[in-house]
Amino acid sequence: MDSLLAPHNFPGKLIVVEGIDGSGKSTQLQLAMRYLQAKGLPVFFTEWNSADLVKTVTKKGKKKMSLTPMTFSLLHATDFAHRLVHNILPPLKAGMIVLADRYIYTAFARDVIRGCQRDWVRGVYSFAPRPDRTFYFNVPIDVSVSRLVSGRSKLKDYEAGMDLALAPDLISSFKVFQGRILNEYANITAEYGLTEIDATQSIGEQQRIVRNFIDQTLEDYRIAPVQQAVEQ
Amino acid sequence: MATDTPTNSEFRYMGHAMPYLPREGCTGKLIVIEGTDGCGRSTQAVLLKEWLEVQGYAVIDTGWTRSKLVGKAITDAKEGHSLHRLTYCLMYATDLADRMEYQIIPALRSGFIVLADRYIYTLLARGVARDANKQWLRDLFSFAVQPDLVFYLQLGVEDLVPRVLEAGKMNYWESGLDMNWGDDLYDSFVAYQTELIQQFNGLSEEFGFHAVDARQEPRAIQRQLRRAVMGYLDSCHYSAPGAIPTER
Repeated sequence: MDSLLAPHNFPGKLIVVEGIDGSGKSTQLQLAMRYLQAKGLPVFFTEWNSADLVKTVTKKGKKKMSLTPMTFSLLHATDFAHRLVHNILPPLKAGMIVLADRYIYTAFARDVIRGCQRDWVRGVYSFAPRPDRTFYFNVPIDVSVSRLVSGRSKLKDYEAGMDLALAPDLISSFKVFQGRILNEYANITAEYGLTEIDATQSIGEQQRIVRNFIDQTLEDYRIAPVQQAVEQ
Repeated sequence: MATDTPTNSEFRYMGHAMPYLPREGCTGKLIVIEGTDGCGRSTQAVLLKEWLEVQGYAVIDTGWTRSKLVGKAITDAKEGHSLHRLTYCLMYATDLADRMEYQIIPALRSGFIVLADRYIYTLLARGVARDANKQWLRDLFSFAVQPDLVFYLQLGVEDLVPRVLEAGKMNYWESGLDMNWGDDLYDSFVAYQTELIQQFNGLSEEFGFHAVDARQEPRAIQRQLRRAVMGYLDSCHYSAPGAIPTER
Protein backbone atom coordinates (compact mmCIF):
# COMPACT_ATOMS: atom_id res chain seq x y z
CA MET A 1 0.00 0.00 0.00
CA ASP A 2 1.16 3.52 -0.75
CA SER A 3 2.18 5.21 2.43
CA LEU A 4 2.59 8.71 3.71
CA LEU A 5 5.76 7.64 5.42
CA ALA A 6 7.79 6.75 2.35
CA PRO A 7 8.45 8.57 -0.92
CA HIS A 8 6.39 7.29 -3.83
CA ASN A 9 8.00 5.47 -6.75
CA PHE A 10 6.13 7.11 -9.61
CA PRO A 11 8.06 8.92 -12.33
CA GLY A 12 5.97 12.08 -11.86
CA LYS A 13 6.11 14.66 -9.08
CA LEU A 14 3.38 15.67 -6.67
CA ILE A 15 3.39 19.28 -5.47
CA VAL A 16 0.72 20.38 -3.01
CA VAL A 17 -0.48 23.68 -1.57
CA GLU A 18 -2.25 23.88 1.78
CA GLY A 19 -3.57 26.71 3.94
CA ILE A 20 -6.80 28.21 5.22
CA ASP A 21 -9.25 30.05 2.97
CA GLY A 22 -7.86 33.44 2.02
CA SER A 23 -4.24 32.39 2.47
CA GLY A 24 -3.57 32.96 -1.21
CA LYS A 25 -2.54 29.35 -1.88
CA SER A 26 -4.58 28.99 -5.07
CA THR A 27 -3.09 32.17 -6.54
CA GLN A 28 0.40 30.90 -5.79
CA LEU A 29 -0.30 27.51 -7.33
CA GLN A 30 -1.69 29.17 -10.45
CA LEU A 31 1.48 31.22 -10.86
CA ALA A 32 3.65 28.16 -10.26
CA MET A 33 1.72 26.35 -12.97
CA ARG A 34 2.41 29.16 -15.46
CA TYR A 35 6.09 28.96 -14.56
CA LEU A 36 6.28 25.22 -15.20
CA GLN A 37 4.22 25.40 -18.38
CA ALA A 38 6.47 28.14 -19.74
CA LYS A 39 9.40 25.79 -19.17
CA GLY A 40 7.65 23.28 -21.37
CA LEU A 41 7.03 20.77 -18.57
CA PRO A 42 3.97 18.48 -18.51
CA VAL A 43 1.72 19.81 -15.75
CA PHE A 44 -1.54 18.46 -14.37
CA PHE A 45 -3.69 20.60 -12.07
CA THR A 46 -6.21 19.15 -9.60
CA GLU A 47 -8.27 20.63 -6.79
CA TRP A 48 -10.41 19.15 -4.03
CA ASN A 49 -13.78 19.74 -5.59
CA SER A 50 -16.50 17.23 -5.05
CA ALA A 51 -16.54 14.50 -7.66
CA ASP A 52 -19.92 13.44 -9.04
CA LEU A 53 -19.75 10.29 -6.94
CA VAL A 54 -20.52 12.08 -3.69
CA LYS A 55 -21.43 15.59 -4.78
CA THR A 56 -25.21 15.19 -4.47
CA VAL A 57 -24.85 13.40 -1.13
CA THR A 58 -22.62 16.08 0.36
CA LYS A 59 -24.89 18.84 -0.93
CA LYS A 60 -27.99 17.20 0.49
CA GLY A 61 -26.30 16.50 3.82
CA LYS A 62 -25.04 20.06 4.14
CA LYS A 63 -28.40 21.53 3.24
CA LYS A 64 -30.21 19.45 5.85
CA MET A 65 -27.36 20.00 8.33
CA SER A 66 -27.45 16.24 8.91
CA LEU A 67 -23.72 15.65 8.45
CA THR A 68 -21.89 14.59 11.60
CA PRO A 69 -18.13 14.98 12.10
CA MET A 70 -17.68 11.32 11.11
CA THR A 71 -19.86 11.33 8.00
CA PHE A 72 -18.43 14.71 6.98
CA SER A 73 -14.95 13.22 7.24
CA LEU A 74 -15.80 9.95 5.48
CA LEU A 75 -17.63 11.62 2.60
CA HIS A 76 -14.62 13.83 1.96
CA ALA A 77 -12.34 10.81 2.21
CA THR A 78 -14.49 9.01 -0.38
CA ASP A 79 -14.27 12.05 -2.59
CA PHE A 80 -10.51 12.25 -2.10
CA ALA A 81 -10.07 8.56 -2.95
CA HIS A 82 -12.05 9.08 -6.14
CA ARG A 83 -9.92 12.09 -7.05
CA LEU A 84 -6.73 10.18 -6.24
CA VAL A 85 -7.65 7.23 -8.41
CA HIS A 86 -8.91 9.34 -11.32
CA ASN A 87 -6.93 12.59 -11.25
CA ILE A 88 -3.74 12.13 -9.27
CA LEU A 89 -2.38 8.61 -9.76
CA PRO A 90 -2.73 8.46 -13.58
CA PRO A 91 -0.73 11.65 -14.31
CA LEU A 92 1.81 10.69 -11.62
CA LYS A 93 2.28 7.31 -13.29
CA ALA A 94 2.51 9.00 -16.68
CA GLY A 95 5.40 11.07 -15.35
CA MET A 96 3.62 14.43 -15.14
CA ILE A 97 4.02 17.14 -12.53
CA VAL A 98 0.79 17.08 -10.53
CA LEU A 99 -0.17 20.33 -8.83
CA ALA A 100 -2.76 19.77 -6.14
CA ASP A 101 -4.76 22.53 -4.50
CA ARG A 102 -5.36 20.97 -1.07
CA TYR A 103 -4.47 17.42 -0.14
CA ILE A 104 -4.94 15.17 2.88
CA TYR A 105 -3.56 17.76 5.33
CA THR A 106 -6.73 19.77 4.81
CA ALA A 107 -8.68 16.81 6.15
CA PHE A 108 -6.21 16.22 8.98
CA ALA A 109 -6.78 19.78 10.21
CA ARG A 110 -10.50 20.15 9.55
CA ASP A 111 -11.75 16.74 10.71
CA VAL A 112 -9.82 16.85 13.97
CA ILE A 113 -11.28 20.29 14.76
CA ARG A 114 -14.74 18.86 14.06
CA GLY A 115 -14.09 16.19 16.67
CA CYS A 116 -12.69 13.10 14.93
CA GLN A 117 -9.74 11.31 16.49
CA ARG A 118 -6.35 12.38 15.20
CA ASP A 119 -5.05 8.81 14.70
CA TRP A 120 -8.22 7.65 13.06
CA VAL A 121 -8.18 10.40 10.43
CA ARG A 122 -4.52 9.69 9.65
CA GLY A 123 -5.33 6.01 9.30
CA VAL A 124 -8.22 6.67 6.93
CA TYR A 125 -5.93 8.57 4.55
CA SER A 126 -2.95 6.26 4.83
CA PHE A 127 -3.47 5.08 1.24
CA ALA A 128 -2.41 8.48 -0.12
CA PRO A 129 1.09 8.84 -1.60
CA ARG A 130 3.41 11.31 0.10
CA PRO A 131 3.83 14.54 -1.87
CA ASP A 132 7.28 15.52 -3.11
CA ARG A 133 6.68 19.02 -1.77
CA THR A 134 3.88 20.55 0.27
CA PHE A 135 3.69 24.30 0.72
CA TYR A 136 1.81 25.58 3.73
CA PHE A 137 0.72 29.20 3.36
CA ASN A 138 0.57 30.57 6.87
CA VAL A 139 -1.57 33.66 7.35
CA PRO A 140 -3.11 35.32 10.42
CA ILE A 141 -6.90 35.08 10.63
CA ASP A 142 -7.52 38.80 10.28
CA VAL A 143 -5.60 38.97 7.03
CA SER A 144 -7.49 36.01 5.59
CA VAL A 145 -10.87 37.42 6.64
CA SER A 146 -10.21 40.82 5.11
CA ARG A 147 -9.08 39.13 1.89
CA LEU A 148 -12.20 36.98 1.78
CA VAL A 149 -14.67 39.70 2.65
CA SER A 150 -13.26 42.22 0.18
CA GLY A 151 -12.74 39.60 -2.46
CA ARG A 152 -14.57 36.92 -4.29
CA SER A 153 -17.14 35.02 -2.39
CA LYS A 154 -19.52 34.88 0.51
CA LEU A 155 -18.43 32.74 3.41
CA LYS A 156 -20.10 29.36 3.47
CA ASP A 157 -21.61 27.75 6.56
CA TYR A 158 -19.39 24.70 6.74
CA GLU A 159 -16.23 26.72 5.89
CA ALA A 160 -17.03 28.86 8.88
CA GLY A 161 -17.75 25.81 11.04
CA MET A 162 -21.30 27.02 11.68
CA ASP A 163 -22.30 23.39 12.36
CA LEU A 164 -20.16 23.50 15.50
CA ALA A 165 -22.08 26.39 17.06
CA LEU A 166 -18.90 28.24 17.98
CA ALA A 167 -20.33 31.72 17.55
CA PRO A 168 -23.66 33.24 16.54
CA ASP A 169 -22.61 35.01 13.35
CA LEU A 170 -20.74 33.82 10.29
CA ILE A 171 -17.66 36.04 10.60
CA SER A 172 -16.95 35.38 14.27
CA SER A 173 -17.60 31.68 13.77
CA PHE A 174 -15.22 31.70 10.82
CA LYS A 175 -12.55 33.35 12.96
CA VAL A 176 -12.84 30.86 15.80
CA PHE A 177 -13.02 27.83 13.49
CA GLN A 178 -10.20 28.86 11.15
CA GLY A 179 -8.14 29.92 14.16
CA ARG A 180 -8.31 26.35 15.45
CA ILE A 181 -7.42 25.07 12.01
CA LEU A 182 -4.34 27.30 12.01
CA ASN A 183 -3.21 25.67 15.25
CA GLU A 184 -3.76 22.23 13.80
CA TYR A 185 -1.85 23.18 10.64
CA ALA A 186 1.07 24.29 12.82
CA ASN A 187 1.23 20.77 14.33
CA ILE A 188 0.90 19.14 10.92
CA THR A 189 3.65 21.32 9.46
CA ALA A 190 6.05 20.07 12.09
CA GLU A 191 4.84 16.45 11.92
CA TYR A 192 5.10 16.07 8.15
CA GLY A 193 7.82 18.61 7.36
CA LEU A 194 5.70 20.91 5.22
CA THR A 195 7.39 23.93 3.63
CA GLU A 196 5.99 26.95 5.42
CA ILE A 197 5.56 30.19 3.48
CA ASP A 198 4.80 33.47 5.22
CA ALA A 199 1.64 34.39 3.35
CA THR A 200 1.62 38.00 4.55
CA GLN A 201 4.45 38.77 2.14
CA SER A 202 3.78 40.21 -1.31
CA ILE A 203 2.50 37.83 -3.95
CA GLY A 204 5.66 38.28 -5.99
CA GLU A 205 7.98 37.61 -3.07
CA GLN A 206 6.08 34.45 -2.12
CA GLN A 207 6.18 33.23 -5.70
CA ARG A 208 9.94 33.78 -5.89
CA ILE A 209 10.39 31.53 -2.84
CA VAL A 210 7.90 28.96 -4.16
CA ARG A 211 9.68 28.72 -7.52
CA ASN A 212 13.01 28.25 -5.77
CA PHE A 213 11.68 25.32 -3.80
CA ILE A 214 10.00 23.83 -6.87
CA ASP A 215 13.30 23.99 -8.76
CA GLN A 216 14.91 22.02 -5.92
CA THR A 217 12.12 19.45 -5.93
CA LEU A 218 12.45 18.97 -9.68
CA GLU A 219 16.24 18.57 -9.65
CA ASP A 220 16.00 14.82 -10.24
CA TYR A 221 12.92 15.04 -12.44
CA ARG A 222 13.17 13.85 -16.04
CA ILE A 223 10.38 14.16 -18.54
CA ALA A 224 9.39 10.57 -19.01
CA PRO A 225 7.70 9.60 -22.23
CA VAL A 226 4.44 7.87 -21.37
CA GLN A 227 5.82 4.67 -22.88
CA GLN A 228 8.52 4.55 -20.21
CA ALA A 229 5.95 4.80 -17.48
CA VAL A 230 4.01 1.95 -19.05
CA GLU A 231 7.06 -0.31 -18.99
CA GLN A 232 7.76 0.23 -15.29
CA MET B 1 -6.86 -1.63 16.86
CA ALA B 2 -6.50 0.87 19.66
CA THR B 3 -7.76 -0.19 23.03
CA ASP B 4 -10.96 1.26 24.34
CA THR B 5 -11.85 1.08 28.00
CA PRO B 6 -15.33 2.24 28.89
CA THR B 7 -17.11 1.73 32.21
CA ASN B 8 -19.93 -0.73 32.75
CA SER B 9 -22.94 0.97 31.26
CA GLU B 10 -21.04 2.46 28.32
CA PHE B 11 -20.79 0.87 24.94
CA ARG B 12 -17.41 -0.10 23.54
CA TYR B 13 -15.94 0.88 20.22
CA MET B 14 -13.97 -1.62 18.15
CA GLY B 15 -11.04 0.80 18.34
CA HIS B 16 -11.18 4.53 17.84
CA ALA B 17 -14.01 6.38 19.50
CA MET B 18 -16.22 9.13 18.19
CA PRO B 19 -15.06 11.44 21.00
CA TYR B 20 -17.86 13.96 20.61
CA LEU B 21 -20.63 11.43 21.30
CA PRO B 22 -21.94 10.69 24.79
CA ARG B 23 -21.70 7.01 25.61
CA GLU B 24 -23.05 6.69 29.12
CA GLY B 25 -26.40 5.13 29.90
CA CYS B 26 -26.10 2.55 27.18
CA THR B 27 -28.46 -0.21 28.21
CA GLY B 28 -29.21 -1.87 24.86
CA LYS B 29 -27.56 -4.82 23.14
CA LEU B 30 -26.09 -5.18 19.68
CA ILE B 31 -26.62 -8.55 18.05
CA VAL B 32 -25.10 -9.27 14.64
CA ILE B 33 -25.84 -11.97 12.10
CA GLU B 34 -23.05 -12.47 9.59
CA GLY B 35 -22.49 -14.86 6.73
CA THR B 36 -21.97 -14.94 2.99
CA ASP B 37 -24.63 -14.52 0.33
CA GLY B 38 -27.25 -17.24 0.33
CA CYS B 39 -26.71 -18.47 3.89
CA GLY B 40 -30.24 -17.56 4.96
CA ARG B 41 -29.15 -14.64 7.08
CA SER B 42 -32.01 -12.24 6.36
CA THR B 43 -34.69 -14.88 6.92
CA GLN B 44 -33.18 -15.71 10.30
CA ALA B 45 -32.94 -12.04 11.25
CA VAL B 46 -36.63 -11.49 10.51
CA LEU B 47 -37.65 -14.55 12.55
CA LEU B 48 -35.41 -13.58 15.44
CA LYS B 49 -36.76 -10.04 15.55
CA GLU B 50 -40.36 -11.28 15.63
CA TRP B 51 -39.59 -13.71 18.39
CA LEU B 52 -37.76 -11.14 20.51
CA GLU B 53 -40.66 -8.73 20.13
CA VAL B 54 -43.09 -11.41 21.27
CA GLN B 55 -40.87 -11.76 24.35
CA GLY B 56 -41.33 -8.05 24.97
CA TYR B 57 -37.95 -6.80 23.80
CA ALA B 58 -37.87 -3.65 21.71
CA VAL B 59 -35.85 -4.39 18.57
CA ILE B 60 -34.65 -2.28 15.69
CA ASP B 61 -33.08 -3.90 12.69
CA THR B 62 -30.31 -2.44 10.57
CA GLY B 63 -28.18 -3.47 7.61
CA TRP B 64 -25.82 -2.15 4.96
CA THR B 65 -26.88 0.65 2.60
CA ARG B 66 -29.86 1.52 4.76
CA SER B 67 -28.57 4.94 5.81
CA LYS B 68 -30.53 7.99 4.76
CA LEU B 69 -27.33 9.75 3.81
CA VAL B 70 -25.62 7.42 1.32
CA GLY B 71 -27.75 4.27 1.03
CA LYS B 72 -29.06 5.25 -2.36
CA ALA B 73 -25.75 6.70 -3.53
CA ILE B 74 -24.07 3.32 -2.95
CA THR B 75 -26.75 1.49 -4.89
CA ASP B 76 -26.46 4.00 -7.74
CA ALA B 77 -22.68 3.82 -7.80
CA LYS B 78 -22.78 0.01 -7.89
CA GLU B 79 -25.31 0.23 -10.70
CA GLY B 80 -22.77 2.20 -12.74
CA HIS B 81 -19.86 -0.03 -11.67
CA SER B 82 -17.94 3.14 -10.86
CA LEU B 83 -16.50 2.11 -7.51
CA HIS B 84 -12.82 1.53 -6.91
CA ARG B 85 -11.93 -0.61 -3.87
CA LEU B 86 -11.03 2.52 -1.89
CA THR B 87 -14.23 4.40 -2.68
CA TYR B 88 -16.21 1.19 -2.21
CA CYS B 89 -14.95 0.72 1.35
CA LEU B 90 -15.16 4.42 2.21
CA MET B 91 -18.75 4.74 1.05
CA TYR B 92 -19.76 1.74 3.13
CA ALA B 93 -17.95 3.28 6.10
CA THR B 94 -19.94 6.49 5.56
CA ASP B 95 -23.13 4.45 5.48
CA LEU B 96 -22.23 2.80 8.78
CA ALA B 97 -21.21 6.07 10.45
CA ASP B 98 -24.54 7.64 9.52
CA ARG B 99 -26.51 4.66 10.85
CA MET B 100 -24.30 4.49 13.92
CA GLU B 101 -25.02 8.06 14.93
CA TYR B 102 -28.65 8.38 13.89
CA GLN B 103 -29.87 4.85 14.57
CA ILE B 104 -27.66 2.32 16.32
CA ILE B 105 -26.19 4.37 19.18
CA PRO B 106 -29.45 6.21 19.98
CA ALA B 107 -31.25 2.86 20.06
CA LEU B 108 -28.61 1.30 22.31
CA ARG B 109 -28.85 4.27 24.65
CA SER B 110 -32.62 3.80 24.80
CA GLY B 111 -32.31 0.16 25.79
CA PHE B 112 -33.21 -1.43 22.44
CA ILE B 113 -31.85 -4.62 21.01
CA VAL B 114 -30.22 -3.68 17.73
CA LEU B 115 -30.26 -6.56 15.28
CA ALA B 116 -27.76 -6.08 12.47
CA ASP B 117 -28.08 -8.10 9.29
CA ARG B 118 -24.36 -8.03 8.41
CA TYR B 119 -21.85 -5.75 10.11
CA ILE B 120 -18.26 -4.55 9.66
CA TYR B 121 -17.01 -8.13 9.23
CA THR B 122 -18.70 -8.31 5.83
CA LEU B 123 -16.77 -5.22 4.76
CA LEU B 124 -13.51 -6.50 6.25
CA ALA B 125 -13.99 -9.68 4.19
CA ARG B 126 -15.05 -7.91 0.99
CA GLY B 127 -12.29 -5.33 1.34
CA VAL B 128 -9.53 -7.91 1.75
CA ALA B 129 -11.01 -9.90 -1.17
CA ARG B 130 -10.62 -6.67 -3.18
CA ASP B 131 -7.01 -6.40 -2.11
CA ALA B 132 -7.50 -3.43 0.19
CA ASN B 133 -4.93 -3.21 2.97
CA LYS B 134 -6.05 -5.20 6.01
CA GLN B 135 -4.80 -2.76 8.63
CA TRP B 136 -6.31 0.16 6.74
CA LEU B 137 -9.72 -1.55 6.73
CA ARG B 138 -9.56 -2.20 10.44
CA ASP B 139 -8.58 1.36 11.24
CA LEU B 140 -11.29 2.65 8.95
CA PHE B 141 -14.07 0.65 10.60
CA SER B 142 -12.69 0.97 14.13
CA PHE B 143 -15.39 3.52 15.06
CA ALA B 144 -17.97 0.73 14.99
CA VAL B 145 -19.59 -0.17 18.29
CA GLN B 146 -18.44 -3.57 19.49
CA PRO B 147 -21.28 -6.10 19.17
CA ASP B 148 -22.42 -8.10 22.17
CA LEU B 149 -23.08 -11.22 20.15
CA VAL B 150 -22.07 -12.21 16.61
CA PHE B 151 -23.67 -15.17 14.87
CA TYR B 152 -21.95 -16.59 11.84
CA LEU B 153 -24.13 -18.66 9.54
CA GLN B 154 -21.44 -20.86 8.13
CA LEU B 155 -21.70 -22.43 4.71
CA GLY B 156 -19.14 -24.06 2.42
CA VAL B 157 -18.82 -22.84 -1.15
CA GLU B 158 -20.26 -26.16 -2.42
CA ASP B 159 -23.51 -25.49 -0.52
CA LEU B 160 -23.60 -21.80 -1.25
CA VAL B 161 -23.30 -21.95 -5.04
CA PRO B 162 -26.52 -23.86 -5.78
CA ARG B 163 -28.47 -21.67 -3.33
CA VAL B 164 -27.41 -18.42 -4.91
CA LEU B 165 -27.95 -19.80 -8.41
CA GLU B 166 -31.44 -20.87 -7.43
CA ALA B 167 -32.22 -17.43 -6.05
CA GLY B 168 -30.99 -15.89 -9.30
CA LYS B 169 -28.59 -13.67 -7.40
CA MET B 170 -25.35 -14.39 -9.22
CA ASN B 171 -24.92 -10.73 -10.17
CA TYR B 172 -22.01 -8.47 -10.97
CA TRP B 173 -21.00 -7.56 -7.42
CA GLU B 174 -21.72 -10.88 -5.74
CA SER B 175 -19.53 -12.47 -8.37
CA GLY B 176 -16.73 -10.00 -7.72
CA LEU B 177 -16.59 -9.08 -11.40
CA ASP B 178 -15.22 -5.65 -10.45
CA MET B 179 -11.93 -7.37 -9.70
CA ASN B 180 -11.46 -8.64 -13.24
CA TRP B 181 -10.62 -12.19 -12.21
CA GLY B 182 -11.94 -13.35 -15.52
CA ASP B 183 -14.92 -12.77 -17.74
CA ASP B 184 -16.67 -15.98 -16.83
CA LEU B 185 -19.45 -15.11 -14.39
CA TYR B 186 -19.55 -18.54 -12.78
CA ASP B 187 -15.79 -18.95 -12.34
CA SER B 188 -15.47 -15.48 -10.92
CA PHE B 189 -18.41 -16.05 -8.60
CA VAL B 190 -16.93 -19.26 -7.19
CA ALA B 191 -13.47 -17.72 -6.77
CA TYR B 192 -14.89 -14.64 -5.06
CA GLN B 193 -17.21 -16.51 -2.70
CA THR B 194 -14.43 -18.96 -1.83
CA GLU B 195 -12.23 -16.05 -0.87
CA LEU B 196 -15.03 -14.47 1.20
CA ILE B 197 -15.68 -17.70 3.09
CA GLN B 198 -12.00 -17.99 3.85
CA GLN B 199 -11.98 -14.45 5.19
CA PHE B 200 -15.10 -15.06 7.28
CA ASN B 201 -13.65 -18.22 8.78
CA GLY B 202 -10.54 -16.32 9.79
CA LEU B 203 -12.58 -13.48 11.30
CA SER B 204 -14.78 -15.98 13.11
CA GLU B 205 -11.77 -17.40 14.89
CA GLU B 206 -10.23 -14.03 15.63
CA PHE B 207 -13.36 -12.33 16.97
CA GLY B 208 -14.98 -15.39 18.54
CA PHE B 209 -18.15 -15.59 16.45
CA HIS B 210 -20.90 -17.94 17.48
CA ALA B 211 -20.76 -20.21 14.40
CA VAL B 212 -23.93 -21.98 13.30
CA ASP B 213 -24.05 -24.67 10.62
CA ALA B 214 -26.19 -23.03 7.95
CA ARG B 215 -26.86 -26.30 6.10
CA GLN B 216 -29.50 -27.15 8.70
CA GLU B 217 -33.22 -26.59 8.35
CA PRO B 218 -34.18 -22.91 8.89
CA ARG B 219 -36.21 -23.89 11.97
CA ALA B 220 -33.28 -25.72 13.50
CA ILE B 221 -31.02 -22.74 12.89
CA GLN B 222 -33.57 -20.42 14.46
CA ARG B 223 -33.83 -22.62 17.55
CA GLN B 224 -30.08 -22.42 18.00
CA LEU B 225 -30.07 -18.66 17.61
CA ARG B 226 -32.89 -18.24 20.14
CA ARG B 227 -31.21 -20.45 22.68
CA ALA B 228 -27.94 -18.54 22.38
CA VAL B 229 -29.64 -15.14 22.53
CA MET B 230 -31.66 -16.15 25.61
CA GLY B 231 -28.58 -17.52 27.31
CA TYR B 232 -26.74 -14.32 26.66
CA LEU B 233 -29.53 -11.98 27.75
CA ASP B 234 -30.05 -14.00 30.93
CA SER B 235 -26.36 -13.97 31.69
CA CYS B 236 -26.28 -10.17 31.66
CA HIS B 237 -29.65 -9.81 33.44
CA TYR B 238 -31.18 -8.02 30.52
CA SER B 239 -34.83 -8.85 30.91
CA ALA B 240 -37.89 -8.08 28.88
CA PRO B 241 -40.73 -6.23 30.60
CA GLY B 242 -43.17 -9.10 30.31
CA ALA B 243 -41.70 -12.22 28.87
CA ILE B 244 -44.33 -14.59 27.53
CA PRO B 245 -43.43 -18.26 27.64
CA THR B 246 -42.85 -19.51 24.11
CA GLU B 247 -41.16 -22.35 22.34
CA ARG B 248 -37.42 -22.24 22.91
